[in-house]
Amino acid sequence: MGLGRGVKVSCTVNGHKQVADGVWEGESLLYVLRERFGLYGSKNACEQGECGSCSVYLDGTLVCACLVLGGQANGRSVVTIEGLEGAKVQQAYVEAGAVQCGFCTPGLVVATHDLLHRVPHPSEAQIREALAGNVCRCTGYAKIIDAVNLAAGRL
Amino acid sequence: MRPRLAPPTAIRGRVGDGVQRPDGLLKVRGEFPYSSDLQVEGMLWGATVRSPHPYARILSIDTAAARTMPGVRAVLTHEDVPGKNLYGLEFEDQPVLAHDFVRYWGEAVALVAADHPEQARRAAAKVHVEYQVLPPVVDPEQALSPGAPRLHPNGNLLRHVKIRHGEQAARADVVVKGEYEIGMQDQAPLGPESGLAVPDGEGGVDLYIATQWLHIDQQQLARVLGLPLEKVRLTMAGIGGAFGAREDLSMQAHACMLALKTGQPVKISYSRPESFVGHVHRHPGRLAYEHGADRDGTLVYVKARILLDGGAYASSSTAVIANATCFSAGPYRCPNATIDGLVVYTNNPPCGAMRGFGSVQNCYAHEAQMDKLAAALGMDPVELRIRNAMETGTEMITGQVIDGPVPVAELLRRVMSFSLPIGVEGRGEGTPLTSLPGGVSNTTHGEGVTRGVGYAAGFKNIGYSEGFDDHSTARVRLFVAGGKPRVEVHTAAAEVGQGMVMVQAQIAGSELGVNEIVVLNADTRIGSAGSSSASRQTYITGGAVKAAAEAVCKRVCEIAQSELYPANVLRIENDSVVGADGKPIVSLATLLGDEVIEETRTFHPRRTHHLDPETGQADAHMQFAFAAHRAVVDVDTELGLVKVVELATAQDVGMAINPLAVQGQLEGGAAQGLGLAVMEEILVKDGVIRNASFTDYLLPTILDMPPVRMDILELGDPNSPYGLKGVGEPPTISSGPAIVAAIRAATGRDITRVPVRPHDLTL
Repeated sequence: MGLGRGVKVSCTVNGHKQVADGVWEGESLLYVLRERFGLYGSKNACEQGECGSCSVYLDGTLVCACLVLGGQANGRSVVTIEGLEGAKVQQAYVEAGAVQCGFCTPGLVVATHDLLHRVPHPSEAQIREALAGNVCRCTGYAKIIDAVNLAAGRL
Repeated sequence: MRPRLAPPTAIRGRVGDGVQRPDGLLKVRGEFPYSSDLQVEGMLWGATVRSPHPYARILSIDTAAARTMPGVRAVLTHEDVPGKNLYGLEFEDQPVLAHDFVRYWGEAVALVAADHPEQARRAAAKVHVEYQVLPPVVDPEQALSPGAPRLHPNGNLLRHVKIRHGEQAARADVVVKGEYEIGMQDQAPLGPESGLAVPDGEGGVDLYIATQWLHIDQQQLARVLGLPLEKVRLTMAGIGGAFGAREDLSMQAHACMLALKTGQPVKISYSRPESFVGHVHRHPGRLAYEHGADRDGTLVYVKARILLDGGAYASSSTAVIANATCFSAGPYRCPNATIDGLVVYTNNPPCGAMRGFGSVQNCYAHEAQMDKLAAALGMDPVELRIRNAMETGTEMITGQVIDGPVPVAELLRRVMSFSLPIGVEGRGEGTPLTSLPGGVSNTTHGEGVTRGVGYAAGFKNIGYSEGFDDHSTARVRLFVAGGKPRVEVHTAAAEVGQGMVMVQAQIAGSELGVNEIVVLNADTRIGSAGSSSASRQTYITGGAVKAAAEAVCKRVCEIAQSELYPANVLRIENDSVVGADGKPIVSLATLLGDEVIEETRTFHPRRTHHLDPETGQADAHMQFAFAAHRAVVDVDTELGLVKVVELATAQDVGMAINPLAVQGQLEGGAAQGLGLAVMEEILVKDGVIRNASFTDYLLPTILDMPPVRMDILELGDPNSPYGLKGVGEPPTISSGPAIVAAIRAATGRDITRVPVRPHDLTL
């Protein structure tokens, strides 16, 4: 297709084996997840690692999928918002009013899930530091802090 | 062929409840389809060739090389625009694809559709455009000078709004003057401009799009595409924020043109850098003010010249300058005013709507002036404001007498009454670095840090002004499904995140007493709702839903009466028709059976009038909303770093239809105000944007945004549905000016420009 031979990406996504053939070497993991595997939950807001909207787990580590090449995910395990076992965090975001347009929300939910796994009862300062890589343009963050506290109280 | 859109979700709720979002679970699970997520079989990707010059004559466009690139299905230029190659919100001055001139850096010149987005981008890079580069007009004063190049046929002055109110030669005991400059702010909605155009095979097109106003897009597209309205059908896709950035066309016409040309569905989704040139911005401004007052602090006159840079095309500039001028004196009584508001064309990025719409720029100026006047008089700045605060019956500088509650003094008293947060010295050991100026850069542990407290108040119009026929249409349908009554609400109102999906359901729920309410997806099969802007949608579309629901309720009651149920004051509650005593008479399921009750209503608020062209006098506005803020800041005076410690606000929302959503507006709006005050600016040098990315354009993060304490007043507007007032914009107006006042108080510096930069506080 005029973009080189392409590579084969074989990885585990949300517990299922996924294979994409002919992936252009320049495609990000975010593009592969969205356009090749149809997992549009990880969002494409800046594609520069600044806003956290595409946060996923790569082998258990929180990463921006836009900063990982699709080829780098070969042989590894990815968990996206669609496969996250995060019902309590998700419910807390809805109840606290922490969702408006919601474009940042999947990334924030994954980052919150990661925070609460590491620090089950974070202080407000810990919440702010852990979520500093996730930009929200709608809420002003107050209700996001409420949502994290609500989820922490239920886990 | 339709892409997957969000399924409508039933919710229950009444006006006044903190109802949760029906789309909330989809959003937190990553299942909510935004416009950039749409896909159908055989979809192509569009890319846009953009001007590398702020001003140039196009000599030739050669697409031959691009056409032979792998995967390319179409390459289009201005020659391929099927209809009129001009569009615009207020008037048509902007080409869909540039033909003779490019007037700003990033202007669209050609289009490519290809199988893969990278193929499209590579082919776009092969479109060869020959330019004769011209010296750009990059300064708004220069644009007004006699020798400046005329960027448009009618010259460079887009609009001059004059206010001549009261005595023009008024004199006063105490006079303060100031000049202020406002940087260019970006709306930065997180969702990129994006959408999917699907040709219908019969010459028409279906566009799935994130927009603030479906019908104005449709009107503009029909003209550009040379098609009748019914051949251009729009359906709302999920919107990732808007804030004014989705009022103008961006990729809509481009995707439709490519789809009609190739006969295949075409998706365009902008990258973040492209988004910075793909939508209009908040106008940068220069404002020169003079206030005169008596020795007791009573305002005598205000004079101002407000100059906004409209950039290369008009967008909504003519309405923005009207707002900036009408509200230039702030929410204060002032018997005499001489105001000139000008907006001009330049070769800078086009500017238009952003939350606050002209009232943001002038608030920085009038609030700085109030503080300056207080200092000159030796008065407390809040006391000065309260002394001059507008009240019910106050005549604005446009001659309009403001009716309904006008609680300016009360709002100021309320923000002042919140206790102050403890200072750095009081917090002791273990103070997190993130709470200090400089944060985890570890630049101070409190040494060199001074605290300041500042106040500001602001106001603006709700809804469209200056005689525009504001209206919205709603269809409400009641039927029985699965043995239970169900209500469907259909409007074209854009759910941009603010909560229209709850508000419409709550209103229908309250009027109809039915528990299961579904708000259908917005599209152009129903009449226009107007835009989700001007803080108007809950008022106007809410009013339409209320009217349609009342009509449905009336018909149900008529049916109940005609079937000989006891007929005293029937209404519906909890899925049943009840009598005057509130006891159920008959369930809706029994009463209606297979019958469907459907009513459509169009709601118009009270009319407004054109501003007199010489005096600016008129009842030009429909409703007014007021807010006040107090800001507390810590400033590292050695490094010029600011930490906003706390914001407090009070706002009259008339009636909170959904209190949780109202709080979210007050908090989120304040964050955008904070952004303009201390962080956010599109840096434009010689017409070129230097920071078109989220790495370089700084948005407030959770570390930058302090807690917002709030006092929400519900004073009830006698003219509006449920007494509500528009809520979304006031939080963005006075929050930033309060922060800048606090920085002035902390540093003693006369700050006249936003965003405030470290060198403004140190050099």
